[in-house]
Amino acid sequence: MGKSLQSETDAARLWPAEGWTRVPYWVYTDPAVYARELETFFYGPSWNYVALDCEIPEPGCYKRSWIGERQVVVVRAKDGGIHVWENRCAHRGARVCWQNKGKVDSFTCPYHQWNFNLDGRLQGVPLKRGVLGKGGMPPDFDNAQHGLRKLRVHVEGGSIWASFAPEGPGFAEYVGPEMHGYIRRLFSGRPLKLLGYSRQLIPANWKMYIENLKDPYHATLLHAFLITFGLWRADTKSESTPVGRGEHGIMVSANVGKTTAESAAEMARNKSRLVLEDKDTVTPRREFDDGKVVGLTVFPSVVMHQQANTLGMRHIIPKGTGAFELSWTYYGFADEDPELTRLRVRHANLYGPAGYVAMEDGEVMAEAQFGAAEYAHRAAVLEMGGKDVAPQDHMVTEVLIRAFYKYYREAMGL
Amino acid sequence: MSTGAIEAAGVVRASSGDALRALTLELRELYDEIAELLDDDQVERLPSYFTDDCMYQVVSKENHDQGLPQATIYCDGIGMLRDRVVALRETQVYEPRAWRHFVSGVRVVGVQGDPAAGGEIRARGNFLVTEAMSDAEPTMLLVGRYLDRLVRRDGRLLFRERLVVYDNYRVVRSLIVPV
Repeated sequence: MGKSLQSETDAARLWPAEGWTRVPYWVYTDPAVYARELETFFYGPSWNYVALDCEIPEPGCYKRSWIGERQVVVVRAKDGGIHVWENRCAHRGARVCWQNKGKVDSFTCPYHQWNFNLDGRLQGVPLKRGVLGKGGMPPDFDNAQHGLRKLRVHVEGGSIWASFAPEGPGFAEYVGPEMHGYIRRLFSGRPLKLLGYSRQLIPANWKMYIENLKDPYHATLLHAFLITFGLWRADTKSESTPVGRGEHGIMVSANVGKTTAESAAEMARNKSRLVLEDKDTVTPRREFDDGKVVGLTVFPSVVMHQQANTLGMRHIIPKGTGAFELSWTYYGFADEDPELTRLRVRHANLYGPAGYVAMEDGEVMAEAQFGAAEYAHRAAVLEMGGKDVAPQDHMVTEVLIRAFYKYYREAMGL
Repeated sequence: MSTGAIEAAGVVRASSGDALRALTLELRELYDEIAELLDDDQVERLPSYFTDDCMYQVVSKENHDQGLPQATIYCDGIGMLRDRVVALRETQVYEPRAWRHFVSGVRVVGVQGDPAAGGEIRARGNFLVTEAMSDAEPTMLLVGRYLDRLVRRDGRLLFRERLVVYDNYRVVRSLIVPV
């Protein structure tokens, strides 16, 4: 009696006393938390992945993309420069660009035909001076004040990033030196070649994907394909390193090839006698001098993978509390031989909605969202590999997820 | 290519409409047979409908229209197709569900050479696949076209190439079995 709904809600949104070894399930289900996440992360001073430059090879080429729930258009201007603006007319808010990709001289909103330059400036307003002396815009209407909302843009070796914040940290500062080094390892400036897309809608909260790539523990158990064919094992030499303030993560391992190991024998589903007919599927051609396999999470928008010979950007696009779109863009390099391209396309069978590995991630995340839905008052347990947030040199750990929630609580004020 | 554009010699043109109708009927039965084996959870039988040098892809309309090589399921060669089945059966973890295929509009769009002597048949059809979890209503999983190239071997029609081109912008949750 006498207790308001509001105070019940507040009480339910207290983080468990154990701190970052617990994750309350309301972070996956509460619309108010989600709204704050969009403002704090996607629309805040973050740098979000939006496209690869090989998708818009010529002046006038554009691609629609997403940052959070906002659609943006990535355009190459006449001078070769890249611009990103909100796909939302400065007049009445209608979407200006109605196709996912194309090539144009300028953009015209279909509603009242306001015309915008490739860089988003308003060029023309039909009937601006009225008709027969009647109507039209007021004399003080200034086109320069009514362009499309432009974002800051950074291009890193062919990968394109954008930020809604007019001011804030630069890209290098945002990702930090260690991550920047790993991004440059993939995007050195060598011209890229687009291989295609895979898109899936996963019925789970978007943060579950952020966590997935910070969770090497599951990879050794859930993904029997990786274990069976030696692409990843619990005893593989590896590193899990939180970077930034814990929001970003670097997972590095070595591709050891198929061997038997005692740790593998402990795994219930291990099928050590299983043999694939097509050996190419699990036999990568060496292409990076360091022999590393790398998964990079640049919070909040993307995971970059290099596994076997497949290279991909996994763009995380939230769609409410209970779903997100995962858009995979696969690429290679313009100057590579056709056989390597073929291997990349073959190895991409690991990933996407039908991937030998990635399919299972979508499945378990959807099941975990079911587990979160009615249980806001309970919390997940993250104590594998201890309770702290320091980097660890093995796979059997949830350190990256703990470090992420340490950052998350600070950033969200929770 | 329309039906009227059937080229070259071979049985189809030689005996005009009757042979075309017979071939179309044979294809419809073949497509229905494959749909049935997939619906009946007998995916192990699928590779037996393909040539050794086959190409089998489940690919988005988006990639197909842009000529991009990436496919959601990509198998070049019978080995990769068999591996897909083995991986599915032996390693993969997913929530059990039932699928049902609806195939329509199966049509011969071209014949090159004499199918009886190794010539190639080009055919297409539409598909719709529903997916039913054990505790929820069925939903539409995928809808699209089969774009096929077939050859006759020992009297049987086999797929040299089957491109399963889906219209869906994205796959909801997962694509678990071949389509």
